[in-house]
Amino acid sequence: MSELLLAALLVLLVIMALAAVRAGDLLIAVLALGAYGFVMALTWAAIGAADVSFTEAVVGAGATTVFMLAALLRTTRRRSPAVPGLRWAVLAVVAVVGVQLLGLVVALPPWGDPAAPAAVHVSPRYLSGAVRETGTPNAVTAVLADYRGYDTLIETVVIFTAGLGCWLLLARPDR
Amino acid sequence: MIERHGSPVVTTFVRVTVPLAQIFAVYVLVHGHGSPGGGFQAGVILAGSYILRALGLGRERLAGAVDEPRWVALAAAGVLLYLVTGLLGLSRGAFLDYGALPGDEVHARWLGILLIEIGVTLAVAATLVVIFCRLAGREPEP
Repeated sequence: MSELLLAALLVLLVIMALAAVRAGDLLIAVLALGAYGFVMALTWAAIGAADVSFTEAVVGAGATTVFMLAALLRTTRRRSPAVPGLRWAVLAVVAVVGVQLLGLVVALPPWGDPAAPAAVHVSPRYLSGAVRETGTPNAVTAVLADYRGYDTLIETVVIFTAGLGCWLLLARPDR
Repeated sequence: MIERHGSPVVTTFVRVTVPLAQIFAVYVLVHGHGSPGGGFQAGVILAGSYILRALGLGRERLAGAVDEPRWVALAAAGVLLYLVTGLLGLSRGAFLDYGALPGDEVHARWLGILLIEIGVTLAVAATLVVIFCRLAGREPEP
């Protein structure tokens, strides 16, 4: 059941992505992208990544859509026509990279494989030590806020800097 | 540009949903220690509630509530709270060593993580709301 659900969500994800890319009206493209974000959030929830699901639902499906709509209101809803020669060049590049990526998918370890390279490096150390060393029952929080406290601090600084940059760049002309 | 929507369905939906979302944001923040969620998630949910209110009740409602420079300062205060919490750890020899905070080891670490999560929440929520204000608040150029 769970795998069937996941497969359905992934198919929906591809449909939404195609709709976003194919739509001639940029308003429809933005809304399709919002729907893509929502299906993505459901996909994260379906594989048990609640933290990412939260963020994807609010940022991917909500805030990004609203920001893009606001930006769209200032420009035009029509996309500019594609440069004729460039189209085939882009298609060729995408085809080559796409085939390579598809080939690499086969080489990936199965999802949730405890022997996967990502799961044998520092993860066992964090998972076994989290409660004892940090007193934190949630291993995700223990990694984010304690083991990787520096990373989270710098991420917060990055978010603040990005916000400050947007705020200054989009300054009202009368100020 | 974003004007108040006259429909009572939209208005009522926003009036009911926004306080619930804000309470949920606080829940996600303070329970991040033991359940999924935490500072970043709480911040985006909080910002989402403000954006939803502006969309449903009109941006004048948001402009009245959001003094942009003050919110930028709020975001900076969040980053500062994180930094100061980290510096407190230096008294025990290591930056971000929450064990240096008052209380026994488990409570000190809980307090430290809560403090930095509050900092992250402030930074993320204020940043998103300020970007939204700047994008949606201005009239489009003729």
